[in-house]
Amino acid sequence: MRTVMTGNYASAYGAKLAKVEVIAAYPITPQTSIVEKLAEFVSTGELRAKFIPVESEHSAMAACIAAETAGARTYTATSSHGLTLMHEVLMWASGARLPIVMTNVSRAMAPPWSVWVDHMDSIAQRDTGWLQFFCESNQEILDTIIMAYKVCESSGVMLPAMVIEDAFILSHTSEPVSVPDQELVNSFLPAYAPEYKIEVGKPMGFGSLVKPDQYMEFRYKAMLGMKEARDRFLSVEQEFKHIFGREYGGLLEHYRCDDAEVVLACAGSVASTAKDVVDSLRARGIRVGLARIRAFRPFPHQEFRALGAKVDGIAVLDRSYTFGAAGAMFTEVKASAYSGQNRPIIKNYIAGLGGRDITPKIIEKVFEDIQLVTKRREEPDVEWVDVAGLPRRWR
Amino acid sequence: MIEVRFHGRGGQGVVIASEVLALAAFKMGFEVSSFPFFGVERRGAPVTAFARIDKKPIRNRSSIYEPDYVVVLDSGLLKGVDVLEGLKPGGKVLINYPQAKKLEGLPDKYSYFVLDATSVAAAHGIGSRSTPIVNTAIMGGFAKMCDLISLDAIMASIRELAPVKEEANVAAAKEAYERTVEAKV
Repeated sequence: MRTVMTGNYASAYGAKLAKVEVIAAYPITPQTSIVEKLAEFVSTGELRAKFIPVESEHSAMAACIAAETAGARTYTATSSHGLTLMHEVLMWASGARLPIVMTNVSRAMAPPWSVWVDHMDSIAQRDTGWLQFFCESNQEILDTIIMAYKVCESSGVMLPAMVIEDAFILSHTSEPVSVPDQELVNSFLPAYAPEYKIEVGKPMGFGSLVKPDQYMEFRYKAMLGMKEARDRFLSVEQEFKHIFGREYGGLLEHYRCDDAEVVLACAGSVASTAKDVVDSLRARGIRVGLARIRAFRPFPHQEFRALGAKVDGIAVLDRSYTFGAAGAMFTEVKASAYSGQNRPIIKNYIAGLGGRDITPKIIEKVFEDIQLVTKRREEPDVEWVDVAGLPRRWR
Repeated sequence: MIEVRFHGRGGQGVVIASEVLALAAFKMGFEVSSFPFFGVERRGAPVTAFARIDKKPIRNRSSIYEPDYVVVLDSGLLKGVDVLEGLKPGGKVLINYPQAKKLEGLPDKYSYFVLDATSVAAAHGIGSRSTPIVNTAIMGGFAKMCDLISLDAIMASIRELAPVKEEANVAAAKEAYERTVEAKV
């Protein structure tokens, strides 16, 4: 069935089709309609799941951890301050190797208060051991939730995943979405059957104290799990394509990158607008491309290394900023692309914080700028885009 | 591609109006996208929403700055908000406004359509008598103003999206369609 729905409903439908068994969530703008829709599915009996209303996001994640430890497929959704309040228990979920899937409606952090998009909340959870998938469309949100369960529940992975949708730009935008048949999803995603779970009559220790002679081995195994997630994600996407006819290009989507002189690397909904810009520049004979970061964790290091060997310049657009350093995506891209022989010019552009619109005109100017600094072989600074009071005009 | 901007107040169903349009166009075979700009989501505060309609998939996720159509659900906003900002030359404007009253102080480079959506919604019992919900009536008027979108598609879309009183909302859209007229300025 193809119909029109918001990104938040796409999340709710994704969780429903994945037949989640436990949902624990606390409402926050702009995530609320995900929770409302799922509560409706549960109350009408369309989804046979336990819905646990809780008093905070910390408790929501704690409840998901408990349910997942007991062998239930669980789901939650949050945003911004809700996600950062979860921080402690996010570490627990990954350390305990629980394949929970969560939607984060990525929203700026306060102060000053903002309910609009940027990626600071998600990026701040970089080191929690969660997989992170940034989405470009509502269809991709729904599909990625289903794929994420399959990747995360693989015995070699057993780690949680965050599916990230941009606040309002996806969460509240209505657009066509194909809702796959439940039967097809069932054939793709079998019921969750973990190797270890809490069971009456089968005593086992969970989350115990380990001494220094054992701790590192647990961390090492989690590292292997994340490594496995990379390959698993690629094979799961191929399987998804085979059944549903849709794919998104692996961990790093390449859009018109063949023979490109410079490319724009970015994540989330801005990539959608950027594709229009790439097409219009290409129509004028300008050789540009787009590298869309779908997975921030595991990061597509190999892909960027290969891309760095082919192009002269990479503009990395970050929708967040790591104070005292640079954009988090930029740091990763540079580390990957500089490990080869050819060193492209890589420049960081900080844009779209707190919902500031990133227009096609701005993206076009980013392309113009990266072409210029690439030609001059400049070692560029981090540039803040479209900020009042700075000399450069972006609009 | 056509781009539409909606102006109204919290409680009038501005965002749903944009969704009704998107779903109606989708039912007619178009690709669509509609999105709100939420400022403070309070009853009575100015709210803006947007819609894009095209034959090919819509990828531009930037806001709309130069719409082809503007829809004004509350004529009181004509004083405080520049509802015509960026409207393309030859653009069309639909205003919830009594037909008998003359529109004043608007530039003549645009076409204007008026419809007393407040009376229509009230007559069909939509919302409360003091604050009728005018979004479904205004969308009937939109079908009259915009040749691309049929009244049938608008009615089918309303039937799917109205949470209550589906038939009253559909009837309001139909009556509104008939009562929408082009106005001189």
